[in-house]
Amino acid sequence: MIGVKTYGPLPYDKSEILRYAGIPKAALLKGGEGEYAQVIELMDSCIAEVDSQLTFRVCWKEFPIHQLDEGLDLGFTITTSKSLRKNLENCDTVILFAATTGLALDRMIFKYGRISPAKGHMMQALGAERIETLCDTFNEEVRLEKEAQGLFLRPRYSPGYGDLPLEMQLDIFKALDCTRNIGLTLNDSLTMAPSKSVTAIIGVSKENRRSQ
Amino acid sequence: MNILDYMKEHFLYLDGGMGTLLQARGLEPGAHPEGWNLTHPDEIVRIHRAYLEAGSNVVNTNTFGANGLKFTDEELESIIREAIRNARRAQEEAGVSPSWVALDIGPCGKLLAPYGDFDFEDAVALFSQVVTLGVKYGVDLIFIETMSDSYETKAALLAAKENCSLPVFVSNAYQEDGKLMTGASPAAMVALLEGMGADAIGANCSLGPKELMGVMDEYLTLSSLPVLLKPNAGLPRVENGVTIFDVTPGDFADTVAELMKGGVRIAGGCCGTTPEYIKALTEASRSLTPVPVTPKEIPVISSYTHAVSLGKKPILIGERLNPTGKKRFKEALRNNDISYILQVGLDQQDAGCDVLDVNVGLPEIDEPKLLTEVVNELQAVSNLPLQIDTSDYLAMEMALRRVNGKAMINSVNGKQEIMDEVFPLAKKYGGLVVALTLDEDGIPETAEGRFAIAEKILKEASKYGLGKKDLIFDPLAMTVSADSRAARETLRSIRMIHDDLGCLTSLGVSNISFGLPQRELVNSFFFALAMENGLSAAIMNPHSLEMRKAYHSFLTLDNQDPNCMDFINFATALPALEVKTGDLAGKTSSPSANAGSAASAFSQGDTPLQTAIIKGLKEQASELTKGLLETVPPLEIISKEIIPALDIVGVGFEKKIIYLPSLLMSAEASKAAFEQIKLKMPTDESALASSGKGPVVLATVKGDIHDIGKNIVRLLLENYGYRVVDLGRDVPPETVAETVRELKAPLAGLSALMTTTVPSMEATIKLLRQECPWCKIMVGGAVMTQEYADTIGSDKYAKDAMEGVRYAEKVCCESR
Repeated sequence: MIGVKTYGPLPYDKSEILRYAGIPKAALLKGGEGEYAQVIELMDSCIAEVDSQLTFRVCWKEFPIHQLDEGLDLGFTITTSKSLRKNLENCDTVILFAATTGLALDRMIFKYGRISPAKGHMMQALGAERIETLCDTFNEEVRLEKEAQGLFLRPRYSPGYGDLPLEMQLDIFKALDCTRNIGLTLNDSLTMAPSKSVTAIIGVSKENRRSQ
Repeated sequence: MNILDYMKEHFLYLDGGMGTLLQARGLEPGAHPEGWNLTHPDEIVRIHRAYLEAGSNVVNTNTFGANGLKFTDEELESIIREAIRNARRAQEEAGVSPSWVALDIGPCGKLLAPYGDFDFEDAVALFSQVVTLGVKYGVDLIFIETMSDSYETKAALLAAKENCSLPVFVSNAYQEDGKLMTGASPAAMVALLEGMGADAIGANCSLGPKELMGVMDEYLTLSSLPVLLKPNAGLPRVENGVTIFDVTPGDFADTVAELMKGGVRIAGGCCGTTPEYIKALTEASRSLTPVPVTPKEIPVISSYTHAVSLGKKPILIGERLNPTGKKRFKEALRNNDISYILQVGLDQQDAGCDVLDVNVGLPEIDEPKLLTEVVNELQAVSNLPLQIDTSDYLAMEMALRRVNGKAMINSVNGKQEIMDEVFPLAKKYGGLVVALTLDEDGIPETAEGRFAIAEKILKEASKYGLGKKDLIFDPLAMTVSADSRAARETLRSIRMIHDDLGCLTSLGVSNISFGLPQRELVNSFFFALAMENGLSAAIMNPHSLEMRKAYHSFLTLDNQDPNCMDFINFATALPALEVKTGDLAGKTSSPSANAGSAASAFSQGDTPLQTAIIKGLKEQASELTKGLLETVPPLEIISKEIIPALDIVGVGFEKKIIYLPSLLMSAEASKAAFEQIKLKMPTDESALASSGKGPVVLATVKGDIHDIGKNIVRLLLENYGYRVVDLGRDVPPETVAETVRELKAPLAGLSALMTTTVPSMEATIKLLRQECPWCKIMVGGAVMTQEYADTIGSDKYAKDAMEGVRYAEKVCCESR
């Protein structure tokens, strides 16, 4: 069955936000915070403005997978993607999940994109960091749960990576009923609304690839 | 028997969950339950029948997700036809009388624009198709449910109202925070749905009955309509791979019955509930007497987040979104400079307005189109309710359709032809109508005369089912310098309309002082007097400190400010506000100042203004420019201060010692400097416009709704003196070509974020080549590469905004 979970506040990784905004970590280290005081102030004002309006929601389901002659049966769809096949080598199941940080960031990006592109751009960067943090948090919980069962995870993999087509979004949305479960919708262009959202596949295997 | 008549004396019992029962009977997850109407009719009939036998007297057809996005026209028609037939068959077999069949309409599954890509009117059309089929195959009522977005709810209700005369029930899905997913409070939904003429409203799905108690309380307090409740069987959890709901039929029934005791008139269940729950519910509530539904007579307006009720505390309506007497605003309207218009609105919100008046009327402008656009854009950035201010009734209707909430309508008056235009719109879309006390014979001199017109308007409104709560009278502030009795008569009119007619009043306060010195002084005193006489709303300039002083002082003295907290907060902020007054009263400012610290990677400018721009200090740049303008000609400031500063930053960005956030902050600081310069320019011939390069036409291509990158390019181009025509997002190729052709634009910039929208970029380029062969085309966006850009036939791939500017410099130099 499909699991649904809402998370409370998640800690910010500010250097990641700045990295998404276009300031490399090396420049931050070299210049120090003083050099970027204005930018940091802008970032902090973005965080203060949107923080209480963020909602972190995830829905997921585990599917057994099977190798086919040509391609891979993921349980919710069949794919011929070579890059995903490689990612899922020696996996027996996958966790399919969708995560969203809600509509507040879209509102902010829309608003400031019009009246202050600098702030709009920073909101965009903040959104990128928020959704990645949410995915990391969920991913870590799954990792702990699976490792307790002696199982290991592969890096999460999303439609659009490698040769995995975006069209898979249609199957994912059906399989997870994302709209009903977490308020996530799919646009005709196969992008998602709210935009600060991710769908991904995490392979689960008995084999610990990292230790090899 | 008519369901609305039956409801007057009885509770109405709805059915319970459908989807969960179908899955238990073998419906594959991800498959459309609606298809079972055709493939498994007996199963569907059995479920309906079980609900009817358990005590339901309304069953919803199995059509929750049946719409034109998921099914072809033929499929949709057969699904709805069979769904209704199945429900009718169950009704016959169960023999429960009276009972009714409701056409179930759930969310369409797409998020509406601007955050999603589904247009409001497309949503109306989608739901209209469903409603029309439901009517064709004979349902008894329309049941719109599980809506988590106020805008989509409005689209569905509008579709129902425009395509049938059946009763319409509307139910929303609230989150744990007591709001819809897109932000609306229960009060906002009550205002919207009552205004548009729903027959019963309430909540369903998402939560259990206990969690929905707060939402129900709000509905019961505010709504003049029967309230419905259709909760889940608590919260779901997964146990051994099976979804379990944590509320038992008995507990469910007890809680819902408790709410019925408190006034809920229509009850059933949603996810996780079964006929067993409905049976328990009918038994638990058997001995209860329905609480009568009473009219609440609350005058209210709303936005996509909240409702504003009138009649107690006076509310402030910002008047600045109006071209009358405002050169810069007129220029913005003519140039479709939406960001300026939005900034004017947001500044008023920051200054404490409750409502934004929106007037874009200029003789040479397509008002229906522009008003609709401004309403769409404003409600995407501000959560204040709007007051639609126009005498173009086509524009009024188009704007009211698009309002995500219940608007104020400005205005009607006592002239018959005007009432014939405005009242039908207010009835259809909902709205609080501003009614001016004038008619065919003009404005009566005396309060008695104006009162008589108010009575006449009220009488005419009642023909449309509109009452006192739907009108707010403006008895008109006439210039006191022309007639010394004018202020007194207006104040007496307010008093009479308030006391004797029991109605709301509103005033455009500042007219009173026309022709006098120290107008703000007169205005603010008049405002205080008007409030003392019962004024409910003022259309005013929120940047006028004198008006705000009068407002906060009055509220405190009138016992409307518990512990004087609002006043103390205002008074504390006052010294800072007074410093800013010069800026704010009359024009738009650039908010958010911040003191800067020296930064080594940033070369210092030669002058304070250059330094402010380089550091990205908006407010300082604005202030310094204002100072310079007293002695230095505008063009010299541009060439000797702003452009050199921009060059330093631009070159630094290209050399990768300055990064994008700093570049953008500098661009905004220079934009703030330009704003000051524009205010100084002569009205007839703007030197800026004459030196303006371009124009450059920008668009995010069709299918793509991401536009931050395009907005960044726009900002920088404007900085470098280009006239930019920004067509927005999701722009069809034809619109781009038409605009380029009309303007003879030498350069077009196209942006796309997704690989899936690159084909529409290619189509746009193809059309431009055909229709505007002179035009150079640059492309950019997240997925764009040099290779892509070459393949689709563009002239230039700009990897970032600065490269776009450099290319524009090259193209526009050559074209001169």
